[in-house]
Amino acid sequence: MGIAETYSRGREFAIERPFALVLGVIAAVLLGDLLLGLATGQTQFADIGTLVWDGLMRGLVIGLAGIGLSMTYSILNFANFAHGDYITAGAFSGWATTYLIAGLGRADIGALLLVGAGGSVYGGTIGIGMLSTPLAVVAGIVVAGAFAIALSLGVDRFIFKPVRNEDGITLLITSIGVAFALRYLMQFVFGSDVRGTTAQPPSIGLYLIDGTVFIDAHDITLLVIASGLMIGVHLLLQRTKLGKAMRAMADNQDLALITGIPTERVVRSTWIIGGGLTGIAGYMFILWKGTLGFNDGWLLLLLIFAAVILGGIGSIYGAITGGLVIGLTASMAVLWIPSAFARAAAFVVMIVILLVKPSGLFSGRSTA
Amino acid sequence: MSVRDDIAARIPGGDAGLIVLILASAYLLYILAGIGLGYDLRGQLNSIATLTFYIGIFAMLSLALNLHWGYTGLFNIGIVGFMAVGVYVMALVSKPVFVAGGAAQVGGLGLPLWVGIIAGMLAAAILGLVVALPALRLRADYLAIVTIAMSEIVRFSFLSGNLQEFNLFGTKVGFGGGSGLILDFVPPLEALFRSVGLWGVYLGFVEAFQAIVPRNPKPVVDGLIYGALLLGFVAVYFWLLKRTGESPFGRVLKAIREDEDVANALGKNTDGFKIKSFMLGCALMGLAGILWLMPQGAVTPNFFRPRVTFFVWIALIIGGAGSNTGSVLGGAVFAAVLYQGPRYFQNLVGTVFPNLDSPSGFGQAISPLISQFDPVPLLLYTVDSIRQLQLVVMGLVLIWLMHNRPEGLLGHRKETASVISLDRPKSMTAADGGTDGEVRTDGGVTEDDSTAAVEGGASDE
Repeated sequence: MGIAETYSRGREFAIERPFALVLGVIAAVLLGDLLLGLATGQTQFADIGTLVWDGLMRGLVIGLAGIGLSMTYSILNFANFAHGDYITAGAFSGWATTYLIAGLGRADIGALLLVGAGGSVYGGTIGIGMLSTPLAVVAGIVVAGAFAIALSLGVDRFIFKPVRNEDGITLLITSIGVAFALRYLMQFVFGSDVRGTTAQPPSIGLYLIDGTVFIDAHDITLLVIASGLMIGVHLLLQRTKLGKAMRAMADNQDLALITGIPTERVVRSTWIIGGGLTGIAGYMFILWKGTLGFNDGWLLLLLIFAAVILGGIGSIYGAITGGLVIGLTASMAVLWIPSAFARAAAFVVMIVILLVKPSGLFSGRSTA
Repeated sequence: MSVRDDIAARIPGGDAGLIVLILASAYLLYILAGIGLGYDLRGQLNSIATLTFYIGIFAMLSLALNLHWGYTGLFNIGIVGFMAVGVYVMALVSKPVFVAGGAAQVGGLGLPLWVGIIAGMLAAAILGLVVALPALRLRADYLAIVTIAMSEIVRFSFLSGNLQEFNLFGTKVGFGGGSGLILDFVPPLEALFRSVGLWGVYLGFVEAFQAIVPRNPKPVVDGLIYGALLLGFVAVYFWLLKRTGESPFGRVLKAIREDEDVANALGKNTDGFKIKSFMLGCALMGLAGILWLMPQGAVTPNFFRPRVTFFVWIALIIGGAGSNTGSVLGGAVFAAVLYQGPRYFQNLVGTVFPNLDSPSGFGQAISPLISQFDPVPLLLYTVDSIRQLQLVVMGLVLIWLMHNRPEGLLGHRKETASVISLDRPKSMTAADGGTDGEVRTDGGVTEDDSTAAVEGGASDE
């Protein structure tokens, strides 16, 4: 009886959810391959540890930037393609501040403000780092957040607000226009070269079975700041009236308006929270990876979209979880496939989720 | 809308007249600019050939996009990915077989060019199918994200060293990786004329052209003939899409655009229709990509950045989604004004003020303005980096269009299936062929056309 029931239930599952079954098989094969590699010594535990740590860091950046995207997506009902360039803008403003504070007196102010455009100043020469120039980094984080807030409020006021009552696609196309204008304006000002921004930070090695996993000071900074901000947003949305108003608006805008929620003010708060997190995420991303180029935010944006869709649009926990999954996928995919396709693997995960569970992992839970 | 009606009413010949007028003024402007630049006849002819080339390319691409967005309401922002796949597959099939010591790092299968073109179009269509299968059942913005992600995956794949070279049917082939691929097959015009046995006639024509351009007239003639060929392709695209749009198939597509649920309820398998429309459009984009890069001699993956997709969208939105005439017009306006215009402006400035020393960076450009109120270096830098600023201007144009004229120059015409005229006094204000309920599919009552809606309500398909 037990066996027959199990068998028939399994058969039903296979018929109803063929995709899920295929996915399960693929996951099992990949895991088997990994275990085989570990057993035969082809793959080292320490390598996996390094990749997991790398993925975790990448995931934190994606998750942090994803919160803002997810919030505007659910409250204003459009996919904001300019979000990636808010990240870049935040990063450039923050890094200009950091360069200025760290390098004042040692290099030309103009070169510092342009974040060393054209190789005029190098972050490594000034010795920028969390431990070597903590004040400059903290000031940079603050400025990055503030600038991204100002930028997103300004863009919203003059560009999105006049078309806010149109459908989502109109806003989406408008946001593509904003994205291109911002990106190439930044290229115009800061140049197109990718510059190194930090000196090599001190790191500690953790021993893991057969090797060492290195964790540096900037990893720790990212971990602390990202988790701190995530907890902060969680508390803000759960404990304050603003959070409740946001959830109400994401659910039904007209109803929220009728109930007396000042929707315009909620929209503004959404941009403030989302913009601030985005700018800081941009700054931390650059601090963590150590290079800065005008295309960085755009390239990250697609992974952020993947994360937000994966987690379920509108849910900040979804954005964080999705970010971690996408970050880990993008980093760990190199265990199985050539590194050039690691980014592609993250998109494949997104497409698979769209097939299996289109509403995302945290579906049905709007903002918070 | 009223502006457009005024213009259309004043020009003899309606839309066709408008196209002729705009093309004529674009060419006139370029000839004038050529005179300003001091071009000789050869330079003028080259400049006309280049302009025609880009008008043709962007008109084709925006016609193909119009099938996706204007007719079916599929928000495809991965155009460049389909172009890339078309070009690379064409190169793989048609490049000559690898010989050691040749200029090319990798070879191809050595098949005739037309086989390669068909293979490229098929590959683009198949990629379209692969993308469409998961995404079509979902919301429009998901399709947008999936398509743009796909186009970046395609670019990264061609950039990767893993596909740089591999063996296929025993010959060394590949996509060249980041260093690109030399398109060392027979030049397309030569292949075309040889295949119809007119190559000798063509060479005779080139000889005769020496009367106009004395020295080495072949590149000039090639450019002009290729441009004309592209305009021929635009005509074929136009005809094909017009026929498609007017056929029962096209009417279902428009029904899907207006309200997919209704089309579904009427017993149409909307998924099937969407997939077919998507694949057809992708194949056409692949062909446009092939025609764009075929005469260039080489191709690198980084040509296929998302900005090309953005170009095509601007062209379509300028012209107006939902209108084939508008797509051609938008392509022409975009190519002449936004795409080629700034480069000409840059050349013009360079000719009028030769020996200008423009600053190498923004820092050197802005510091004289701050310290001595000297704006000249900044202006010079601006002119020098016009290729980046061009994209900024395009972004601003897109924003302006979405704010003020989302229907474009000729957008969103209603094509009626009825024998008698159902024209309403004013066309509807519906924006851009949006997919969902926002578009007033029922001849929705708005202030200015409430009277018209009564008689015009039946005209929607």
